[in-house]
Amino acid sequence: MQIAAFAAAVLLLALTARSGVVLNLAMMALYGALMAIAWNLLGGYGGQFSFGHALFFGTGAYVQAIAQLQAGLSPWIALPLAIAAAAAVGLFFGALSFRYGLRGSYFALVTLAFAEVFRILALSVPFTGAGVGLMVPLKEGAANMQFADRRGYIALVLALVVAGLLVTSWLRHSRFGAWLQAVRDNEDAARAVGVDPLRVKLGAIGLSGALMGAAGAFYVQVFQYIDPGLAYGPHTSIEALVAAIVGGLGTLWGPVIGAVALHLLADLTRNLFGALPGINMIIYGTVLILIVMFAPRGLLGLGRSVRSLWAGARGSTSAAAAPQEQVHG
Amino acid sequence: MASALLRLQGVSKSFGGLAAVQGVSLALPAGCLGALIGPNGAGKTTLFALASGFLRPDAGSIAFDGEEIAGAPPHLNARRGMTRTFQLVQPFAAQTVRENIAVGAHLHCAGRREALAQAQAVAQRIGLSSQLDKPAGELTVAGRKRLELARALATRPRLLLLDEVLAGLNPQEVGEMVPVLREIAAGGVTVLMIEHVMQAVMHLAQHVWVLAQGRLIASGTPAEVTRDPAVIEAYLGHGTARRLAG
Repeated sequence: MQIAAFAAAVLLLALTARSGVVLNLAMMALYGALMAIAWNLLGGYGGQFSFGHALFFGTGAYVQAIAQLQAGLSPWIALPLAIAAAAAVGLFFGALSFRYGLRGSYFALVTLAFAEVFRILALSVPFTGAGVGLMVPLKEGAANMQFADRRGYIALVLALVVAGLLVTSWLRHSRFGAWLQAVRDNEDAARAVGVDPLRVKLGAIGLSGALMGAAGAFYVQVFQYIDPGLAYGPHTSIEALVAAIVGGLGTLWGPVIGAVALHLLADLTRNLFGALPGINMIIYGTVLILIVMFAPRGLLGLGRSVRSLWAGARGSTSAAAAPQEQVHG
Repeated sequence: MASALLRLQGVSKSFGGLAAVQGVSLALPAGCLGALIGPNGAGKTTLFALASGFLRPDAGSIAFDGEEIAGAPPHLNARRGMTRTFQLVQPFAAQTVRENIAVGAHLHCAGRREALAQAQAVAQRIGLSSQLDKPAGELTVAGRKRLELARALATRPRLLLLDEVLAGLNPQEVGEMVPVLREIAAGGVTVLMIEHVMQAVMHLAQHVWVLAQGRLIASGTPAEVTRDPAVIEAYLGHGTARRLAG
C-alpha cells in the first residue's frame, strides 16, 4: 500500500517536473535507493556488514555490457542475466565466507578484499576491455533500454526500486525474514531453535547481490560505459552502506530516505564547492559519523523519536518519553 | 532402559589440558523429568552443549531416540525434537516477545500468521501474555528466563534441555516457575534440567545425576543422591561427609 503510494508519487513528480535538474536528481536518488535497499537486506536485516557490495554491482554492470557487446543480446534479456550473475557471485562468495563462520569486521574486510580482487581481475582479462573499459553504443530507443528522456530511466529504476521494496516487505512478514533477523540478533539462540544460519545468510546475500547487480546494469544503461574502477571501486560499496545506515538499518523506508537525503546534500554542496574531486566521499563520511554518533537508528529512527517527543510535549506531562535509542547488531 | 530418549555413552570433551567432561554415560527415559546437578565448573553446561550439538565430543556416543547424533549441528537436533535453553539468556533483543517466541514456532510452521498465533498460545502457558508486545531487551531477568523457556517450547520439542532456568530468580519467582515446569513435563515433554536451586530439584526431579570435575559421581532419586557421601564431599569438601555423620 505504502509502496504503491510511493510509486505513484514518484511518477507524478516525473510527469509534472519541467526541470532537468530535478529529473536527474530523482533518477540518481532512486538509483542510490536501489543500492541501499540491496545493502539493507544483508546488512540491516542480516547484520552482515559488507564493505564490498561493488562486487555485485560490478558483476551486474559487466554482464549487462558484455551480453550486449559480445553476445549481441537485447538489454532486456541482458538485465535478468546480469541480476542472476550478481546473485550467483553473492552465493559463491557467501558460501566461501559464511561457511567458515566469518562475522563482523572480518566479514567486512573480506568483502572489501574480494571487490578489490575483482577490480584487478577486470583490469587484466581481455573480455572486460581491461583498463580501457567497455562502451555500449548509443542507440536511443525503448527496445535498446536507452531513453532520450530521463523519464524513461526513472520508470525503469522505479520498477527496480519497487521490486526491492516488495522483497524487503516480504522479508518482514515471512519465516525466512524471521530467521534472518534471529541470526542477526543472536546466532547461537537461533541455532538452538532450529535455524540453519548458513542457509539463511546465503539466501540474504543472494537477494542482496541480485538487487545490487540490477543497479550495476542500470548504471551501464544510463552512462553506456563501464571500467574496472567504476565497476568494482569502493565508492559504490560506500554509497550503498552509507545511505542504508543514514536512513535507518533494518527498516523498509530507511534506505530510500537515506539515499534521497544524501543526493540532496550532494547536490547542494556541489553548488557550494563546485566539482571539487572527492568532495562526495568527504560529505558521506561526515554524515555517517554524525548519524552513528547521534542517531544510531538513522533518520527514520530520529524522526520517530522527535515525533514522540513532540507528542509527549503536547500531551499531558505524564505522557511517555521518547523510546530509548537502541543500536542492534 | 530400552526406551531412553537421550543416551550418552562414555562422552568426553577436553579444552586444551582441561578435561571438562570425562567418560560420562547416562540414559534419560522418555517422559522423565531429570536433573543434572553439581558444583560450579563440574561440566554441566559443557555436557548440554555436547548433547545439543554446539560442541563435538572428543570421544563417546550420543543417541537421541536411538539415532546417533554426536557432532550433528544444533539446528538439525532441534528438528529431531531436542531444544536447549541458555544459562545466560539469549533473547533477540531488538524484537518483541511475540516475535522471539515465533522464531521457535517457525520450526514446524512456515506461515507468519500461524507462528505468531502459536507464540501467543505458548506465552499464555508460560505466563508472558501481558508482555507480548514488549521488546525482549526490556524484560526483567525473570521475564527473560520465561522467554527463553517459551521460545524453546514453541519448537514443540520432545526433549527440553533447560540450563538453569531458575537461576537469578527470587524465591517468589521460583515458586511461580516450578508449576510451569511441572506442567510442561506433565504435557509429555521429556526434560533434563541443570539446576542449582535444590528446593526445586527435590520437588520436581524424578531422577538426578551428579557431575563433579567432569565425572558422573552419583545418580538416583533426589533423596538418594543428597544422602550420598560422594555428593556431600563434592559440594562441601573432602572429609566432610564423615564429620557430618560423626
